[in-house]
Amino acid sequence: MSAVLILSITAAQILLGFAMVPAAYRILWGPRAQDRIIGFDSLYVSAMLLLVTFGIRSGSTLYFEAALIIALIGFVGTMALAKFLLRGEVIE
Amino acid sequence: MSSGEIPFWAEILASVLLVSGAAITLIGTCGLLRLKTFYDRVHAPTLGTTLGTVFVVAASMIYFLALGNRFVLHELLIVIFVTVTTPITLLVLVRAAQFRDEFEGERALKEAAKNNHSGREESHERP
Repeated sequence: MSAVLILSITAAQILLGFAMVPAAYRILWGPRAQDRIIGFDSLYVSAMLLLVTFGIRSGSTLYFEAALIIALIGFVGTMALAKFLLRGEVIE
Repeated sequence: MSSGEIPFWAEILASVLLVSGAAITLIGTCGLLRLKTFYDRVHAPTLGTTLGTVFVVAASMIYFLALGNRFVLHELLIVIFVTVTTPITLLVLVRAAQFRDEFEGERALKEAAKNNHSGREESHERP
């Protein structure tokens, strides 16, 4: 692996780390619950991309499996939270 | 670090795709900070993260295809999954948000009407 690829992987990891900051801001200080959920959604996608870049850097298959599982479980979690928002208010 | 060496064009292509994908994801999540209402904010991260995922995963596919030690089509699973599930998430979330807004709007309207009514009875002002 040459210096160009290592440099670009590091730059991509830094950019993805900065991409997590607005998502964390929306999770912590979102005005309403749906803002927190959309922040969570973009946060897990950024984490998944970060794991893909770690996989390129290390050259192993393990990170890819973790990224796939994060994509699956994150989608299920987001759907469950959205469904809770849709139904929890009906009972109230 | 990996053991094998890959050709130069593959490295350049993977590097460009990686940095552009990460930058697109960053731009998409910056929309979470900048846009004002929720219905504006819900578009920015979904668009940005979908294209960013496609680019970063394409970089990973190119790198491992040039390295040649692994079956590459596994990464297409992530692309297909993210591309399919992101619009569903957006749809359900916007529907929930719209429901909540309409519900609270109705309740706020009723409370305002009740307060307005009682206030009118106290002050004896009839419309």
